[in-house]
Amino acid sequence: MQTLAGLLTQALHLALVLLAAPLVVGCTRWLKARMMGRRGAPPWQPVRDLAKLLRKRPVLAENASLVSEAAPYIAVVTTLVALALVPSFAQGMAFAPLGDLLLVAGLLALARVALVLAGMDVGTAFGGMGAAREVSFSAFAEPALLVAVLSFAILAGSTNLDLVAATFRDGQLGLRVSLALAAIAMLAVALADNARMPVDNPGTHLELTMVHEAMLLESSGRHLALWEFQAALKLELWLALLAAVFLPFGTAAAGAGPLAWGLGLLAWLVKMAGLTLALAVFESAIAKMRVFRVPEFLGAALLLALLAAALLFVSTGLA
Amino acid sequence: MGKLPYDIAHLLGGAMLLLSFVLLYQRRVQAVINAFAVQGGVLALAAAWQANMQGVPELYLTALIAFVAKAVLIPLALRAMLRRLDLHRAVETALGIGTSMMAGVAVVALAILVVLPITAGARAIAREDLALALSVVLLGMLMMITRRNAISQVVGLMSLENGLVLAAVGAAGMPLVVELSTAALVLVVFVVAGFFVFQIRERFDSVDTAALESHRGEGAGDGWRGEGAGDGWRGDAGQDGQRGGAGQA
Repeated sequence: MQTLAGLLTQALHLALVLLAAPLVVGCTRWLKARMMGRRGAPPWQPVRDLAKLLRKRPVLAENASLVSEAAPYIAVVTTLVALALVPSFAQGMAFAPLGDLLLVAGLLALARVALVLAGMDVGTAFGGMGAAREVSFSAFAEPALLVAVLSFAILAGSTNLDLVAATFRDGQLGLRVSLALAAIAMLAVALADNARMPVDNPGTHLELTMVHEAMLLESSGRHLALWEFQAALKLELWLALLAAVFLPFGTAAAGAGPLAWGLGLLAWLVKMAGLTLALAVFESAIAKMRVFRVPEFLGAALLLALLAAALLFVSTGLA
Repeated sequence: MGKLPYDIAHLLGGAMLLLSFVLLYQRRVQAVINAFAVQGGVLALAAAWQANMQGVPELYLTALIAFVAKAVLIPLALRAMLRRLDLHRAVETALGIGTSMMAGVAVVALAILVVLPITAGARAIAREDLALALSVVLLGMLMMITRRNAISQVVGLMSLENGLVLAAVGAAGMPLVVELSTAALVLVVFVVAGFFVFQIRERFDSVDTAALESHRGEGAGDGWRGEGAGDGWRGDAGQDGQRGGAGQA
């Protein structure tokens, strides 16, 4: 019974995240447009875009190697696997024992490697430049994420996402300075990893300072659809991850039956809508940072994460 | 007795520390002043919360003073100063932002290392609170060192004092007289510092304190930098030698 419930919730979770991913991107764009006084495309516009792009044949450069062809599939699959590990409406899903934060970080890194290789494969200037920037930013973002995970692990005694969420939910820990610092670090990493506003401008591909779009300039048709879908999945993954760790309230247990799942789903939708709104407000309010200041921004995130871990070492008496 | 009141006091201390880092991170004088005003407000909240938690009504007075002086008056005065001086908006930093942030974390680590052994018997949360307050103090000092703009240095000094007040309100049984005299002292310091900023500006047409260094009276003109550094090195070496000798004896 338990395993059946786990499998069922896992399948529902996968279907839910696949459906929700384009909508998250669409909603963010729509909200941003409304806030800037435009009407904006409807929130389901990314679904239409994907459907259109999927019908088109990719055009590859003459010197494109196997990497260009394989990379979009690798990136989508790894991101989807990572997303399958991040709980949405229910905890204790079939893959929950595997849902380790370090594994999620590793899968995201694998997707990034695929993206960077695809950017460099054809050898155009923009692709290589974008790849170089992406890698140099992630050299700061990934350690920041790992150190933040370290402080969760000190508090919860595990890096398993379900256990971390359960520890934070039962309120025994209270309010922790370290958690606040780690949350800020995670937010900065999330913005950088999704190529969102202060780091990269998601609304354009005509800028010399672009990062994410620069690597996709050579892809077209089906491949472009996959890349866009991967970006949508990654945005959803980060929002779900932040919701799972910092807002772990209202999530249902896998064995609790359909009614509890429905309530969990409702809670998850509210959380995701809130985070999407927050992202849209933040992006509308802030200007893009100059590229060479991004390492400073992410370095500050890394230092905050380190600070969080250091304070935890003091308060838990490990030092 | 719940843990929550302590947690909130602790969180406010953490917010102060975070704002100290924001002060270090900002480049523009205007943003530095804003961050300082927010820090003053958080300090007032922290003091008011301690008054509520410890049941000491005098601390409400401290909170009021902190709010009026640190969050309203001093930022307003700094802004007026900025307007009158017609400053460039960018802060000249003596160290890069990244380097000063790293130095900031090192300073926090130092504070933790200092606090840990001397508070071995205290509760974990109290130790962490003290470490936070000491970090705010040291970060204020760091800001005074790494900024060359006189206004930022004044903000660094004020932020240092915020850390002192944070430590004071956290310790139960701090006499009111001490706090009042500290607050008065800070206002005096602020007035003197403001006066100095205007004087520096009048003499050198800039509030960059580097302009002062050629007037220190050691050597003339361009030679000061090399000589000053040389003196410093020799002094250190002498001290080290003495220390070594004492150790052998």
